[in-house]
Amino acid sequence: MFPKGTKRKFSDPVEEPASSGDQGPAAPPAAARTLSSSYSLQRQSLLDMSLIKLQLCHMLVEPNLCRSVLIANTVRQIQEEMTQDGTWQIMTQALAAAQCPADRLVATEVLCRQTETGAQPGQSPKPFPVVGLEEGYHSEEVVMEGEVETEVTMSPQLSTNSYLAGPFGMGPCWDEEDDDGDCEEEEEEEEDSEECMSEGDDADRDHLSADSRTGDQVFGTFEIKHPAPPPDPALEELFSDVDPSYYDLDTVLTGMQSTPKMGPYDLLESLSSHTPTALSSSSSCRSDLNELDHIMEIIVGS
Amino acid sequence: MEEESDTRKINNSFLRDHNYATEADIISTVEFNSTGELLATGDKGGRVVVFQREQESKSQPHRRGEYNVYSTFQSHEPEFDYLKSLEIEEKINKIKWLPQQNAAYFLLSTNDKTVKLWKISERDKRPEGYNLKDEDGRIRDPSTITSLRVPVLQPMDLMVEATARRIFSNAHTYHINSISVNSDLQTFISTDDLRVNLWNLEITDRSFNIVDIKPANMEELTEVITSAEFHPQQCHTFAYSSSKGSIRLCDMRLAALCDKHCKYFEEPEDPATRSFFSEIISSISDVKFSHNGRYLMTRDYLTVKVWDLQMENKPVETYQVHDYLRGKLCSLYENDCIFDKFECVWNGSDSVIMTGSYNNFFRMFDRNTKRDVTLEASRENSKPRAILKPRKVCVGGKRRKDEISVDSLDFSKKILHTTWHPHENIIAVAATNNLYIFQDKVN
Repeated sequence: MFPKGTKRKFSDPVEEPASSGDQGPAAPPAAARTLSSSYSLQRQSLLDMSLIKLQLCHMLVEPNLCRSVLIANTVRQIQEEMTQDGTWQIMTQALAAAQCPADRLVATEVLCRQTETGAQPGQSPKPFPVVGLEEGYHSEEVVMEGEVETEVTMSPQLSTNSYLAGPFGMGPCWDEEDDDGDCEEEEEEEEDSEECMSEGDDADRDHLSADSRTGDQVFGTFEIKHPAPPPDPALEELFSDVDPSYYDLDTVLTGMQSTPKMGPYDLLESLSSHTPTALSSSSSCRSDLNELDHIMEIIVGS
Repeated sequence: MEEESDTRKINNSFLRDHNYATEADIISTVEFNSTGELLATGDKGGRVVVFQREQESKSQPHRRGEYNVYSTFQSHEPEFDYLKSLEIEEKINKIKWLPQQNAAYFLLSTNDKTVKLWKISERDKRPEGYNLKDEDGRIRDPSTITSLRVPVLQPMDLMVEATARRIFSNAHTYHINSISVNSDLQTFISTDDLRVNLWNLEITDRSFNIVDIKPANMEELTEVITSAEFHPQQCHTFAYSSSKGSIRLCDMRLAALCDKHCKYFEEPEDPATRSFFSEIISSISDVKFSHNGRYLMTRDYLTVKVWDLQMENKPVETYQVHDYLRGKLCSLYENDCIFDKFECVWNGSDSVIMTGSYNNFFRMFDRNTKRDVTLEASRENSKPRAILKPRKVCVGGKRRKDEISVDSLDFSKKILHTTWHPHENIIAVAATNNLYIFQDKVN
């Protein structure tokens, strides 16, 4: 189970509050804004969940823009509310002061890290760009113990398919043939475009070196350091040969009556405990693996 | 409603232990043509299967015009976008029929990027008695030909062939979510997440962009277009829905670029039910004009709303599809079900509306009597030709015998696509890879 950021220490180490089946936290009346810790927990877990969703782009097919926009808007909403509460600043400071322990969720940390221009306390954050391109962001390169090979091999695939990094604002991902429209974004995206475009080897190498990149594709290098629990044979069996797009449904609801309800963290775990071939192999209608390898070679330029 | 016998299971042989069919067989769209004689389905594998209604025969009155497979063809193939290193899915997102103008049938089918016009025609005669070829097709030696004859058309077994007549491509940067044929029968629109393009059916190398909501800076993107449709009678009017729960009605006569709407339909949010999921559940997944052109119907995650075109500030009718899910939004967000795009459909007289739900349930709302019913499309729970039993979901507390509790709903069994015969009470419902056709009970 992945930790949920700073709020963890205020809560019982139980299943995520969201799984109690409640509706997501309703905004309490502004007048009596007493933040119950359970509300903050729910909100935090929703934030984490949303960030993970934004990162878990499909391997071969372009991510669904509508879905990404809706998730990003949700994140923005949470961020704004947390800023108004002052919770945002607290979390930011706490994370900055903390030692950045290895098992922290990179996404949350990255999100909370102040930009170099520095947001003044109380100032509402600029619209959460989801892109996260600012300087000062860096990704923590962490590697799954015991699953090193799979993790590493999977990532180049993720990042070389450059759509991965952030749903929009990243040149290759959203903005396709519209070159003129992208001029304004070029500055910000330069680094990322470079990252995206250089693809292959660069991404590979960058991937393996820790803390090396600034202005990085935040979401593209997202990896969790956590010893993976021994894979449940039932899970393995269910996951084998199932199209990735089924993970969302199969594993969380229908196929999983016998196992505890999975959250997105479990999902991430189980995904990464997979061989990259199983993960990237699509339904019988998609390109077969040979084609994929061939394409990868072209991209990687090896 | 009585269930018919032809439930089609395209590819049964790949069923696995937990009953999942090959993904390619998942039906992604269903559509009756304008007379109801034909029913087209598109699937994730890029195939289109067209069913035709049998002529009713006096000798078998109980077989009241059943639908049989008429034609099957591969409409779209998977493609690879080399520039972005991304696959373009072959899944058929929408099929729209053109009204019949001659002996052939025409339909538009689209995947994420390309719209194709297909002609489906019958051939039941073939010419025989060529001069230069013999019956096997081999060329005859001209020196052996001593007389000329006129080839004669001889009957042959009926053959239905589908040919791609037009291919409308390279006009969409984002994924096409809908197409709509204009009442002028000469133009159609294709809509992606950020743009609406207008095409002439005859011209494939040019399309006009009539709506563009792409912001200059993509980081500022907060709203996308989810669906668009032409008005059924006014050829200059179309409507498009957004992920923020609004609908814009546009008049193409006002300007070349219809970024300014004529009418803007949005219901103000109820502050009492506001949550972090409010925006997501307000996102409209389908918009449909009524046949009479006076109303608009929209489907968002939990409700179906009917809007009067003359009243923009609120819908005239709101129907709860599965309000019991309101308390489960967080879980549904987690497993992505909250992003499911359900369609909605009017019956021929605009008196009943229908939409799908989970657990293979679908709902019908009678606008006049205000009665509603929940039915299930499932082979296990109803026999062919049996009258469907209304279902009920119990929300909490004591569950009655036939009721299903919210927690035991199967969220992988969703009915996203349904269609209603233009004149009769015949509906087609797609449940994952199965197609169900239901008819009214005959007395």
